[in-house]
This record gives sequence, C-alpha cells and structure tokens, in this order.
Amino acid sequence: MDRVILHSDLNNFYASVECLYNPEIRNKPVAVGGDEEARHGIVLAKNQIAKAYGVKTGEALWQARQKCPGLVTVQANFKLYLKFSHLVREIYDCYTDQFEPFGIDEGWLDVTGSTGLFGTGEKIANEIRKRIYEELGVTVSVGVSFNKIFAKLGSDMNKPNATTIITRDNYKTTVWQLPASDLLYVGPATTKKLKLMSIRTIGDLAQCDTKILQGRIGVVGLLLHRFANGQDNSPVAKKGAEAYIKSVGNSITAPRDLCTIEDIKAVFYMLSESVAARLRGHGLKCTGIQIHVRDKDLFSCERQAQLVFPTCLTKEISDKAMEIFISKYRMVKPLRSIGVRGINLVPENYAFQLDLLTNQNKREKQEIVERTVDEIRARFGYSAIQRGIILKNKDLTGINPKDDHVIHPVGYLDGKII
Amino acid sequence: MGKKFVSVIAKFTDLGKVTPLSILWNDGRRFDIDRVDDARRAASLKGGGIGTRYTCMIRGRQVYLFKDEDVWYVEVE
Repeated sequence: MDRVILHSDLNNFYASVECLYNPEIRNKPVAVGGDEEARHGIVLAKNQIAKAYGVKTGEALWQARQKCPGLVTVQANFKLYLKFSHLVREIYDCYTDQFEPFGIDEGWLDVTGSTGLFGTGEKIANEIRKRIYEELGVTVSVGVSFNKIFAKLGSDMNKPNATTIITRDNYKTTVWQLPASDLLYVGPATTKKLKLMSIRTIGDLAQCDTKILQGRIGVVGLLLHRFANGQDNSPVAKKGAEAYIKSVGNSITAPRDLCTIEDIKAVFYMLSESVAARLRGHGLKCTGIQIHVRDKDLFSCERQAQLVFPTCLTKEISDKAMEIFISKYRMVKPLRSIGVRGINLVPENYAFQLDLLTNQNKREKQEIVERTVDEIRARFGYSAIQRGIILKNKDLTGINPKDDHVIHPVGYLDGKII
Repeated sequence: MGKKFVSVIAKFTDLGKVTPLSILWNDGRRFDIDRVDDARRAASLKGGGIGTRYTCMIRGRQVYLFKDEDVWYVEVE
C-alpha cells in the first residue's frame, strides 16, 4: 500500500500572524522585516497584497517601499511566531506521531497509519486546514501524495488555503508540467545546467536518460531523476527524533560595521559564548573551529582550523576564532557580519591524547565554571551573569545569540546524498 | 474592529478548569455571565488574536469572551 504523506505549509506565515493581531492593516500591503536601525532591514515575509506589488522576500525594506509606496512594515516578533508554530504542531499531533518539521512554518506528516481512524489523506488535510484557520486564524496549504517530494510540490501549487492531491494517476499531468526549478535541490546553477540540456520541466527531467544526467550534473542528477519520477522513499521522521547535529554555530550582522580588532574580539567572544553553551547543552565538544566573515561590500568567506583538544570552553573557541581571523584573513574593509562555528563534533566524554605541558586540571575547572554559568542563566535569566568584555561593548553585544535566534535552517537530505 | 481588555471574576477548580463568572467593565459596571455554552481554542478575527474562547450568555445575549494566556478580552465593533 502507498504511504499517505501530507506537506503542510503556513501561508505567508509571519505576515499572516501580524495581520491577525492587527485587524486595521489586514487590507493593506504588509511586509514583516527585521530592525532597520540594527541593519536587519530586509523583507522576511509579505502578505498577498504586497506580493501583488512585486515585493519579494529577502530584498531590502527600502526597495520594497519603492515598489509599493503604501507598504506597511512591521517588525518581526519571533517569540509570537514560535508560539504559533508550536500550537500548529499540537494540532498535527492529533493526527500522527510522525511529523518532521522543515523550518518554522512547514513540515511533513505521515498519516498512513491514521487513515483508518480519520479517513483519507484528503479528508485529514481538509480537517487540519479548517482547524488551523478556526483555532489560530491563519491559513495553510496542504499537499497530499505518496512521497515527500510530491507532497511538497502539491502544497506549493495552490495558495492560499487549499488542498492539492497528487496521485500515481495524476502526477504526470500535474507535477510534470511544473518548471524543474520548483524541485528541491534545483537551484539557479542546476537550473542553468538543465536548461543547456533542454530540460525545463520536471517531466523533461523524469524522462531524461539517467546516464546523461549523471554525466552532466553528477550524482545529484540521479537523485533528481528519482524525485521527478516519484521514487523518493525517504521516511517522515518520528516526532522527537533529534536531528543529527553536524555543527553548532552562531553569526550576527552587527548594528554597526566592525572596524577594529577590539570590536571583532568582543563579538567573537559573545558568539563563542553561545556556541560553547549550546555545545554543552547537546553534550558535545568540537575539535575544529570555522569562522565566517562578510565585509561591508557583502564579500564573504569562511576559514577554518583544527583545535588541539576537543572543547566546549568559550575562551578556547573565541581564542581560536581570533587566531584564524588574524592568520587567515586580511582585513581591508570594515566588517558587516561575522560568525563562529564549532565543527567536527565529538561526544563530551570523548577520549583524547593529553600532552605534558597543558594544565588539564585548569581546563576541567573552567568547564565546571561555565556549566555553573549555564545553570545560573537557566534560573535567573541570560543577563544575570555576564563577562566584562561583553559589558564594555554593549552597543555591539547587547543580544543573547543563544535564545534570541532559535530558528535554525534545515536541509532535506541532512548531508546525505543517496 | 478590535478588542477590549476586561477584568474578569472566574472560578478555578481543583482540576485546573477555569470558568468566567462575571465581566467587570472599565466604568464600574458588572455583567454576570448566566451560562457558558462552549469553551475552545479559537482565533478572534474581529479582535485580533487567539486564545480560549468562552461562548457566554449575558442577559440573553451571546458574547465571546477570550482568554489569551493571563489576559481576558472581548471583541468590539
């Protein structure tokens, strides 16, 4: 028997929540953006009316205002969106224990085992849509199919507030007509390559010879061929199944450009503190550090290096980040954003080679101190205890990167290809 | 369209169930709730928000009273 998989996608999520809470802006073009003063002024979401004016996600708010003079811009309220995301998941929980989130506003549900109780996939999809609208006041588009890829394409086909069914009988007349770029993992570069092979639609891709595809775009070609033919059999993860963590990182676009080594040191320190705390929270240590740097002209690059010992200590992470920055990057322009990432992770009790000179006792003590800080913060709040260097540069470091930014990007394949 | 936050006198049972008994208006008037017909999670499109919606009968009229976390509000035209 085929699986019954739903892909549910909240329509214009951030903008819909804002419009729900502010009835007076509902009939106006609305864009949700970051804080312009802190230089996070890009469009994160827009409502249908703003969309009609050509406002696009990711463009600067001033560009959006030029396209659409009456645009109402609202500052993002992530706490509220997370609350909604959580409430939506409570509704999904009523129908299945297999829900795999794909970002804050979408995800897959495998309801194969629930069809006996609740009826067909279509019936469940319609019920979920009705409940989300009545209980939370936002709309959702649902795709119903026999695999995750087609379900996702389905949810994109009819917006807003619709159910789209893709079956083995109709996928050739529906999915195959869509442009190849609608498929997961077909970005601008792949689209260009496919165009050179005269592959424009998903149908073209499905009917292309696998050998030719592999020759031109490599092993991803085979994967896309399978996707296009509805042969994706990846399961929907069970609820609570922790994603396998490959790295832990934080980055920030600073409120003002970073010009001096002192500025950079303070921001690296703040980010490292969050990375270290998150590593400890997951019971992990990192054996390598990667930094990310973007200058004011948006040129960006990444550099990395190995650590001598696995660590979850703020100072070791930030010292290494600084060392990489000084030795591997030549700063010519002020920096707009920087990031620190712990890579090559190992469990916290991982055995490692000691040496004669390093005082391991001191490292262990330091770890106890940092874990105590974690506990103090968990009980009394983030600002209950802080480092001197953070207080000295309040204009740059006055945020809590660990909890203020809890929306992590996700990948479909989790790093695995085939 | 909008919402008006109100003070409410409510009964909290030993099982954690909350039932509103009367609404206290800002000008000092008090409206006793004769009956609560329904309580469910719902969105208030008119008021702008979500919460637990109590369908209350007050002096023969049906009123939606919302409780969002720890605040109560009613929809106003």
